[in-house]
Amino acid sequence: MEPYEMTAWEARDALLRGEMSALELTRAVQERIEEVEGRVRAYVTLTLEEALRAAREADDRMRRGQDPGGVAGLPMAVKDVLCTRGVRTTCASRMLRDYVPVYDATVISRLRDQGLTMIGKANMDEFAMGSSTENSFFQVTRNPWDLERVPGGSSGGSAAAVAAGEALWALGSDTGGSIRQPASFCGLVGLKPTYGLVSRYGLVAFASSLDQVGPITRDVRDCALLLSLIAGHDHRDSTSLKVEIPDYQAGLGGGVRGMRMGVPVELMGEGLAPGVRSRMEESFRLLEGLGAELEETSLPSLEYALSAYYIIAPAEASSNLARFDGVRYGYRAEGAEDVLQMYGRTRAAGFGPEVKRRIMLGTYALSAGYYEAYYGQAQKVRTLIIEDFRKAFSRYDILLSPTSPTVAFRVGEKTADPLSMYLSDVCTIPVNLAGIPAMSIPCGLDEGMPVGLQMMAPPLQEARLLQAAHALEQALGRRFTAILNGEGGGR
Amino acid sequence: MGWETVIGLEIHVELKTASKMFCGCDASFGGEPNTRTCPVCLGLPGVLPVLNRRAVELAARFALALGCSIAPLSVFHRKNYFYPDMPKNFQISQYDLPLATAGYLEVDMGGFTRRVGIIRVHLEEDTGKSVHIGESGRIHGADYSLEDFNRAGVPLMEVVTEPDLRSPEEARLFLQELKGILEALEVSDCRMEEGSLRCDANISLRPEGEGGFGVKTEVKNMNSFRSLQRALAFEEERQRALLQSGMEVVQETRHWNEEEGVTQPMRTKEYAYDYRYFPEPDLVPLELGPDFIESLRSSLPELPAAKRERFRREYGLPPQDVAVLTSSRAMADYFERGVAAGADPKAMSNWMMGELSAHLNAAGIDISEVRVAPEMLAEMISLIAAGTISGKIAKSVFEEMLATGRDARSVVEERGLTQISDEKELGKVVAAVVAANPRSVEDYRGGKEKALGFLVGQVMKETKGRANPELVNRLMREALEEGKG
Repeated sequence: MEPYEMTAWEARDALLRGEMSALELTRAVQERIEEVEGRVRAYVTLTLEEALRAAREADDRMRRGQDPGGVAGLPMAVKDVLCTRGVRTTCASRMLRDYVPVYDATVISRLRDQGLTMIGKANMDEFAMGSSTENSFFQVTRNPWDLERVPGGSSGGSAAAVAAGEALWALGSDTGGSIRQPASFCGLVGLKPTYGLVSRYGLVAFASSLDQVGPITRDVRDCALLLSLIAGHDHRDSTSLKVEIPDYQAGLGGGVRGMRMGVPVELMGEGLAPGVRSRMEESFRLLEGLGAELEETSLPSLEYALSAYYIIAPAEASSNLARFDGVRYGYRAEGAEDVLQMYGRTRAAGFGPEVKRRIMLGTYALSAGYYEAYYGQAQKVRTLIIEDFRKAFSRYDILLSPTSPTVAFRVGEKTADPLSMYLSDVCTIPVNLAGIPAMSIPCGLDEGMPVGLQMMAPPLQEARLLQAAHALEQALGRRFTAILNGEGGGR
Repeated sequence: MGWETVIGLEIHVELKTASKMFCGCDASFGGEPNTRTCPVCLGLPGVLPVLNRRAVELAARFALALGCSIAPLSVFHRKNYFYPDMPKNFQISQYDLPLATAGYLEVDMGGFTRRVGIIRVHLEEDTGKSVHIGESGRIHGADYSLEDFNRAGVPLMEVVTEPDLRSPEEARLFLQELKGILEALEVSDCRMEEGSLRCDANISLRPEGEGGFGVKTEVKNMNSFRSLQRALAFEEERQRALLQSGMEVVQETRHWNEEEGVTQPMRTKEYAYDYRYFPEPDLVPLELGPDFIESLRSSLPELPAAKRERFRREYGLPPQDVAVLTSSRAMADYFERGVAAGADPKAMSNWMMGELSAHLNAAGIDISEVRVAPEMLAEMISLIAAGTISGKIAKSVFEEMLATGRDARSVVEERGLTQISDEKELGKVVAAVVAANPRSVEDYRGGKEKALGFLVGQVMKETKGRANPELVNRLMREALEEGKG
């Protein structure tokens, strides 16, 4: 196995045993980037110098017999929506093309304390709005499994980088499925934590009440490892929960025997590709074989989740993105006669079409006379969804669904039809509205492309989620590795 | 037909906190532009607000003092509009669930008391400050504009009254009373010239004796008590003239132009917004438990109305004295410290209202800056009471104390100003004066009372003013009466 194909924990063991150096590993990833990045285009900004410096420091510390930190020397891709001090943070937007933050996001500073070896800032849909990473101002990222297909989105750059061996793991953000769906499309593990478990300070906000930062990794153990290092209370985030962080790795291997699992029929209905349905059913049988008790269930309000989401998320976004006005930082259109014209021209040229669509949707939904009919109603639906999940979790430990109704679609396939694009998040969106944790776990292939199974758990039950996901991963017995077009062979 | 004026006020108060509403930046006035800023109050991408506990305490304190009910749960909203001095292009404010509601303030309107209802008290953040360069001085038509975000995020409390005020003067008296309360509670510095107390007014007229409301205008930009009253008086007259000639008042926002003494309509674009309020998702609802509220309530200091009543009762002072002494907390504290140090309340009051006030006015300083501590004034008053110095001498002693900051006793001793109250000693001087002024003595004995004053004056002159005047009077009368018989 090439070093860049290892999981982070395998690589960490190798580093600690002295079988390779952090510098060798980082150089291997660097070479891999040189080899494939031209085709995958996962990164907006590469930070190789910084990564090599961090790797050398990790080696120095290990040589001195010190603990280098939990992520030291393990190259990571960071979605370009997380503020990194001194490294431009673009949100894949023209608006922030040259924007360099003066501070680190809390997750970044926590990881720096653990020896963060950031190899680059990963591409994404502009301001995290999209499901394919086609809405980037810079480039379209390709799915390493099939370069004609999208990697999913909005954390498509993060997922593609990990799947292509351009990083061992990555940070993404998830507002309606933006970690889980690209993880699913790229054959990776992705986790959206409980709302409030991971600090949002320094995460450029899309929809504040839905956004969470989380890991995209090659296996469940890496996911547990990374989550344990980014979770925990942050006094800078008022929505951050004050809870003890358990040892997420401790339960791995605990199995699913006796776990009660529900399958909401609403998430197994129309639009589900036959191949995805087959992989689901196989996984369900496998889980039963491992001792889990499965049954169909119903959460009737899920039917309205997509509609509620496309009111709430754009409403918050319309306000969150108001600050990008050309006054203080970022892009400014030149030649305006007065401030109103400057605002108009800056925002017309600085934002891409999907961002503008959502700002307009949200502005409309919050307007006088429409607020109750749209935003007010959507909040009521949200309350119903939370209640449906609460009831379901009184009967089940875990809920199961596909992560996405289909495997990765082709580049350009859905760009002309925003609604069909929005539908690709139909299974992931209810989770964000309810604030609960959920994971996507690879569970096989369809049309040669990875299929993801979504597991959902009650608030703060990440450990249970990881335990169940680990059991499934072990039972499936193989890791799905991307084969770049033209590479031939495979494992 | 007569018209009745109806006024309601909307008051913004900068709270006296060390740091800003949602970040740790210095909240004090001034500073080089943009030096009291951080990523949070500059609205940089990715930042989040964290509520200032002290701001909540101060606003709740004020609300309790006005008899408001504190909401057990209140919510912050985003008020969305674009303006260059708004770092996020939304202001975090409160909307349908404010911190406190339904209070009142009773204000003496000069002969009668007006109960003014308080609709709500809520918390919000201040904006930055724009400086528009160009002839217009406004954002429209400016060559360019500069932004200073030092003030952005400073805690603001908004207070909205019921339309219970009936004249521009009542509006001013109300605001002055409110200022006294804000100072007594140490909630705000209330410096109108620095913008830490700002007031907008809604004003309308209705036919006398009728209910309902006329069409109102909102008047902004009144930066002093005087300009509040002037602006409203202008607007009152303007509306009266319109209505009396059968025209209609247009509902609009008007800007008070201090130099020209007129209100002018503001350009529509400057205020016609749909604010698209929605709950601020980055903050959790503010929950204030009964324990928190009770601890604030029990720590409330005495308010101006209660203080006035107590000064009247406890010190037996006339209304005019009470009004002056309770006009500010500093004045009242000075008085009470003096009394605590043993001064007679009326004497203390007289000195403060007379010599001390004259000095403050002449020097243009505040009572907190005066060099004579209240205990020092009390000591001087006790020297008068003990007959050590005369009231007349005391005035020059006090001047010396104000100028040098020295205490009364040392001034008196050094300048040898001790009053002569020794009968024998004064008797000699009286005898000498009687002997030296036979004509005046003759005049007095002939029935001219006036001559007594001259003779006493001669004794005072001889003793350089140190003689105890009462004693001199008695001794002189005795000497003159003696000779008669």
